[in-house]
Amino acid sequence: MKTMTHAAAAEVFNQDAARTRWHDETLWFVRQKRDRAAQTLPEWETLRSWASQIKDHTLSHLDEYLSEFERNALANGVQVHWAADAAEHNRIIHEIISRHGIRRMVKSKSMLTEECGLNEYLHEQGIEVIDTDLGERIVQLRHEHPSHIVLPAIHLKREDVSETFHEHLHTEAGNHDPQYLTEAARLHLRERFVAAELAITGVNFAIAETGGFVVCTNEGNADMGAHAARVHIACMGFEKIIPKAEHLGVFLRLLARSATGQPVTTYNSHFKKSLPGREMHIVIVDNSRSRQLGREDFRNSLKCIRCGACFNTCPVYRRSGGHSYHTAVAGPIGSILTPNLDMRAHADLPFASTLCGSCTNVCPVKIDIHDQLWKWRQVLAAEGHVSWTKRVSMQMAAFVLSRPGLYRLAGRMGRGVLKTMPWLAEHRWNPWSKSRALPEPPAESFRDWYLRNRKS
Amino acid sequence: MKVGLFIPCYIDQFYPQVGVATLQLLERHGCSVHFPVDQTCCGQPMANSGFASAGKGCDQNFARLFRDCDHIVAPSGSCVLHIKEHLKDASDPEGSAHIRRHIYELTEFLTDILQIETLGARFPHRVGLHNSCHGQRGLHLSSMSERMLPSFSKPARLLSMVEGLEVVMPVRVDECCGFGGTFSVFEEAVSVRMGRDRIEEHAANDVEYITGVDTSCLMHLEGLLRRQGSPVRTIHIAEILNSVS
Repeated sequence: MKTMTHAAAAEVFNQDAARTRWHDETLWFVRQKRDRAAQTLPEWETLRSWASQIKDHTLSHLDEYLSEFERNALANGVQVHWAADAAEHNRIIHEIISRHGIRRMVKSKSMLTEECGLNEYLHEQGIEVIDTDLGERIVQLRHEHPSHIVLPAIHLKREDVSETFHEHLHTEAGNHDPQYLTEAARLHLRERFVAAELAITGVNFAIAETGGFVVCTNEGNADMGAHAARVHIACMGFEKIIPKAEHLGVFLRLLARSATGQPVTTYNSHFKKSLPGREMHIVIVDNSRSRQLGREDFRNSLKCIRCGACFNTCPVYRRSGGHSYHTAVAGPIGSILTPNLDMRAHADLPFASTLCGSCTNVCPVKIDIHDQLWKWRQVLAAEGHVSWTKRVSMQMAAFVLSRPGLYRLAGRMGRGVLKTMPWLAEHRWNPWSKSRALPEPPAESFRDWYLRNRKS
Repeated sequence: MKVGLFIPCYIDQFYPQVGVATLQLLERHGCSVHFPVDQTCCGQPMANSGFASAGKGCDQNFARLFRDCDHIVAPSGSCVLHIKEHLKDASDPEGSAHIRRHIYELTEFLTDILQIETLGARFPHRVGLHNSCHGQRGLHLSSMSERMLPSFSKPARLLSMVEGLEVVMPVRVDECCGFGGTFSVFEEAVSVRMGRDRIEEHAANDVEYITGVDTSCLMHLEGLLRRQGSPVRTIHIAEILNSVS
């Protein structure tokens, strides 16, 4: 099946007006919580500057910090793997699983494994991974993908969850009580945690000076998985590195407040080495990140700490839903990250924005997201990934607008048509006038008025 | 002080009254206003669609017409921001740089350069103020809800000088209206939805007018309002500030 463009998918999403409103209001609520949390810190803007500078510095010394991290992790007895791309990341994990002959495993939330398509890859090898983040488990049971990097099931209502749980976990039909449903999920997941021999987690921050890493969850599911299983595999994109442990004080404060408006994430779990007799692995993934690092205009998108604040504030995301972005990472940040992975496949995403700039303003690490959306548009047009209708219409517009006489003639004709034959412009095939009236044409342009009133 | 008046193309063609109000306002506050009659467009529609490279002709025309003005003023935050960030005429880098540094959105010019304290305007109506994104987040015409910084608003301050006028802000004080240039047609469903949501908040405030610094946002909202048969009307802030009997 051909992937729908963002615009087409968003149109489908908007057909259910009540649900679109609910989705918008739900995420706006999270944005407001973020505002209130940020307001409690007089040093908020200073923290953002620090975070931005630490990340800028780290990205420009990435090789050094990654080497330092590897050295320290190895010294801690951790096995470090390097994956050039998604396929290698998946192969490495599969190999570890096979070597141990492991059948039962759990995974806490990791957008990187989504990006790499790990679940699908392992499924093809006959291996099932249980996602243990509640939201991720819900979408996994529904054979969907997360629609948001922090709130994976935010597109679903409790009624939807109730139906899914009734089908898969045999809860009572029609019981929508959140506490009842959560309890059912808890019991279901508890069995999986206890039985798991291997746990996969993501990484929020990898610390070069210690070789340790931090995983942030609100459900404690990363800890339960990692502590119960004899093998722990942590997967990270190489941009997750920070130089020192003391920098966590900046990032952890910003992350929780930006993501959900909490003062701190419930579990910020620090991992350094495995218990005796157990194994800990870290897989460090490139998957086109080094190409993005080489793009001067887009380099600093790698500063992202995956808080999702740009999703929650984006008026387009709130009214089109995460699945409209057809990528692992949706929203404004996804729209500047994913064209790097595949320009043709994601050429529509930088256009799924009004360039309002709210994303840039909420970003805790000061990524100039809306400017990068604009710059991606230029790259995509130059590389031929913009539709010919848009190309031709823009070239025609440029031709007319750079010739004053022609511009005035076209303007006069346009106003004339609107006045005498409005049906030529105002019809249902004109996307403007489907729901909007066209401007009422005035008798004269401003220039005409000016010549009559000021130049005589 | 020679002030170049830039009237963006769609205002020139469809909203001449906004141009007239801007001109009269500037003249009343002592500016010697020059309107280059060969002006067309800032080039933003092409650039925001990915074709900034096609806008060279617009850039050249703009630089040629405005390079000798002390200041350039336009009643549009969006077009001003585009010029400020992107105007580049390769044959006239100096002129381009001068223009980029000296172009102002109208309320910014009235506040920061003319430092207006009184207007003598009267507009006895209940008015909703729409914060247009490019003026607000791009030109910093007002503080932004996302940033934890002191609050201010150049447009609201000017409106507060208008006799009889009551400004009412929507609940989401600075959410985008969904116009977004060609976004409004290529992402029609979301664009319309965003516009309707803005209108709903203003209508709930019982406003008679929605005003703002950008006619483009207002054109989008006006199109929706008229199609809905709503009594709420849109009006550019220049027209209100120029309401002098």
